[in-house]
Amino acid sequence: MPDLMPAEPPVLRVDDLTVRFRRRNMDVAAVNGVSFALARGETLTILGESGSGKSVSLKALMGLLPDYATIAGSVLLDDRSVLDLSPAELAKLRGGAIAMIFQEPMAALDPVYTIGEQIAETIIQHEGTSHAKAMHRALDLLDHVKIPSASRRLKNFPHELSGGMRQRAMIALALACSPSVLLADEPTTALDVTVQIQILLLLRQLQQELGMAIVFVTHDVGAAAEISDRIAVMYAGRFVETATVREIMRSPRHPYTQGLLASTVHGGLRGRVLETIPGAPPNLAHLPPGCAFAPRCRHAGDLCTRSDVPVTASPTGAMVRCVRAVPVPISEVSA
Amino acid sequence: MSQATLDLAQPRIADAVPLASAPGYWKAVRQRLLRDPVTIAVTLVLCGIVFISIGAPLVAHADPYVGSVLGRLKPIGTPGHWLGTDETGRDLWARLCYGGRLSLLAGILPVTISLIVGGFLGILAGYVGGLVGTLIMRTMDVFYAFPSILLAIAICGLLGNGLSNSVIALSVVFIPPMVRIADTVTTQARQLDFVEAARASGTTTMQIIRYHVLANVLGSILVYATSLISVSIILSAGLSFLGLGVTPPQPEWGLMLNSLRQAIYVQPYVAALPGVMIFVTSMCFNLVSDGFRSAMDVRLNK
Amino acid sequence: MSDPRDRGGPAQPLLLVEGLRKHFPVRGGLLHRQVATVQAVDEVSFSLGKGETLGIVGESGCGKSTTARLLMRLIEPDAGEVVFDGDAVGDRHGITVNAMRRQMQMVFQDSYSSLNPRMTIAESIAYAPRMHGLSTKEGLARADDLLAQVGLTPRQYARRYPHELSGGQRQRVNIARALALEPRLVILDEAVSALDKSIEAQVLNLLSELKERFNLTYLFISHDLNVVEYVSDRVLVMYLGRVVETGSVDSIYARPRHPYTRALFASKPTLDPDRRTAEMPLTGDPPNPIDPPSGCRFRTRCAFAQPICTGLSPTLSAPLDSADSDGAHLVACHIAEAQQVRHA
Repeated sequence: MPDLMPAEPPVLRVDDLTVRFRRRNMDVAAVNGVSFALARGETLTILGESGSGKSVSLKALMGLLPDYATIAGSVLLDDRSVLDLSPAELAKLRGGAIAMIFQEPMAALDPVYTIGEQIAETIIQHEGTSHAKAMHRALDLLDHVKIPSASRRLKNFPHELSGGMRQRAMIALALACSPSVLLADEPTTALDVTVQIQILLLLRQLQQELGMAIVFVTHDVGAAAEISDRIAVMYAGRFVETATVREIMRSPRHPYTQGLLASTVHGGLRGRVLETIPGAPPNLAHLPPGCAFAPRCRHAGDLCTRSDVPVTASPTGAMVRCVRAVPVPISEVSA
Repeated sequence: MSQATLDLAQPRIADAVPLASAPGYWKAVRQRLLRDPVTIAVTLVLCGIVFISIGAPLVAHADPYVGSVLGRLKPIGTPGHWLGTDETGRDLWARLCYGGRLSLLAGILPVTISLIVGGFLGILAGYVGGLVGTLIMRTMDVFYAFPSILLAIAICGLLGNGLSNSVIALSVVFIPPMVRIADTVTTQARQLDFVEAARASGTTTMQIIRYHVLANVLGSILVYATSLISVSIILSAGLSFLGLGVTPPQPEWGLMLNSLRQAIYVQPYVAALPGVMIFVTSMCFNLVSDGFRSAMDVRLNK
Repeated sequence: MSDPRDRGGPAQPLLLVEGLRKHFPVRGGLLHRQVATVQAVDEVSFSLGKGETLGIVGESGCGKSTTARLLMRLIEPDAGEVVFDGDAVGDRHGITVNAMRRQMQMVFQDSYSSLNPRMTIAESIAYAPRMHGLSTKEGLARADDLLAQVGLTPRQYARRYPHELSGGQRQRVNIARALALEPRLVILDEAVSALDKSIEAQVLNLLSELKERFNLTYLFISHDLNVVEYVSDRVLVMYLGRVVETGSVDSIYARPRHPYTRALFASKPTLDPDRRTAEMPLTGDPPNPIDPPSGCRFRTRCAFAQPICTGLSPTLSAPLDSADSDGAHLVACHIAEAQQVRHA
């Protein structure tokens, strides 16, 4: 079981992060108070459906949001406040201490440079080494992400690689400057199953070797179960439940998490009507008061819609945002 | 009594209005156009220009053909000639108004002809593809080999000057780009899933073109055509300027610009007026074209 | 379970596909000459019983979507025969492609691009019936009825445009549109793949309801092994344009025979964090369908490949120890039986 209360200071600490998009007549509350801390070597998965604000949170951490986004809260990376950095400092941070991989590698890789040149360029920019040295490091990195015949692939352009290979190249690029935090935005969603499991295993292994922290964003419960230490379930811009992967998969406590797991289809449900969450996620421009899930929740009562729902934290570090939640005795969790 | 309350409580509008009158696509486009102040303003200016051209005898009392040796090159604000006179003493206001007729005609007519011919060929090439498509597109490529203005000059030179020949020349010049645009958007539209879905439901090619392809293609072609009008006005003015289009003494803006050219140091403001008219008109057509484009994009300003 | 439209009785397959093939030429070079061939679909044969759901699984490039398009005749097959309820499609003695299309409809993956953005929802649904002779008013009335059937209040949604709806609602509209011609067979080409999980479950429930209500037969194409297991009666596993294994869902998921099917199932993420996948079942990506390997197409990634696999294409046949299956479980592998012994 991973250390839930890290003794050493966390690498990444996010407190009450909020993101609003204000444009013309729109005011979208995309992220509404997200807090978490991440220790070295830990993987936190943010699990949520489209529009839950999971990708926006990730982009906010990287300072990648457009100008019309208003960001509040604090993001501490190795005790440095990311949100207060100047654009130049931010650029230095990106690809250095914090790196990101995406769903679509073609978006991260420049089509007019070879894989080797791109990785070397990142190393030179951040560390100022010689070109020859940087190319050598690039070769090591490609080996590290298990690209076969790496020295040949170094001279390939992105479009000459297959989908899984491109994903590996992008991971190598992200690892170029040994980041302490890797942000992964649905990196396995567009891949075939047999390739997806390879990438998940690779990430797991790289993390063990390099000891970086990973924030893994996905909508896929299966991928989350394969890679996470902890899972944060996100709904309408908020974490509704955070717990270890075992707690979430075995005894989910928030009705949304329960519904999400119940509606995840598998063969064991053959011939049965699937349990569904009625309705659709709320419009982020007009969030209901109180619990955003209340309109779809079968347990919802007056208390849910009246005011903001208090957070119930358990001694293990698990958290749930639901009025029905009662603190779970420790014995039950570790059983 | 209870009947009345029922009616009030449950307005029957939803039932009364037949579903067929659901706000159609073009109605929605019109509503969006009406909410766009720039397009409305520009359209009003264009209407004004069209009005003074068609209604030239009503707004300009002077004869555009009769000059006076004594009243040559009068400045703007001269009593009786509020926009001054040209190099042979003809009233410039009258000539601008009458000149609008030919200039607008020379601008709009070639575009309309190329829209019909080019649009048809392009949609055919794009939807049918294969040998027919290749044949059409390669033929168009031949025309692309010449710069458009040179091609227009060559055709005019061949046919001799005159308004109709300039219209023919410009139509020929505009057909290839029109075909190309129509071909591109049709090819894209043909690959859309909903066109496939329509094919899968067993409807005929003509029905698909009519319901699905045309509606999605016509917008782009029309927008492009509107933006061509300004080019056409400028090109036809250019042809007249070179003496290949309209013949003197007929009033036409390009020709007027040419003949007033010598007076640029004597009456610079008067000499610039035909140019201003060409500029304003083509600018207006460009802005209208922009307005149409954003109004026709369903996803924009919803 | 009898439908008045059934011609050959309930036992006659609704759809019989024999030797379906499509090779796309790859052109290149200055002279636009054919330089290679994409063997998108190669000798695909299967049958689909009335009221059955056949799942087709496979990774990208395996030809599952091309198969769907070939069946709908959105692309012309190079070879192969399609028999719809006893009538050969496109044959002089059979039925025309258009007659078949009326009985066979398709739902696409992308719910947005498969609706005309310039038509209201009701117009889109009413379109096909109108083209087949219904008046506008009748067509729109049917659209209203179908909207209600797929769980969308007609009054609220009929006059909306596609961009005003959510992905799940749009996919419901697409299903309604597919049902507008009262088809007997619906091809669902990754129809739930783009949806969020909670919405996917709603749509899957809807699909099974509609299947009962309208006496439908489904061809369910997906890359999601879990969803295919849930919906299908029988499964077809494809790899690089060929069928490698087919059988009832129970038989295939319980005892997959083909090395590829095994690897595919082993790649499925587990939902149990204590039994995580420790070793990758397959390395590398699926090879390019341009000029695929000779013989068995899977041999380049297969751990059990033998010399015979290079020379000879395996044909679909019952495994030697197929005592447990009803003869419907077929596998295209030279060594499936050998492996079976080892695992027994």
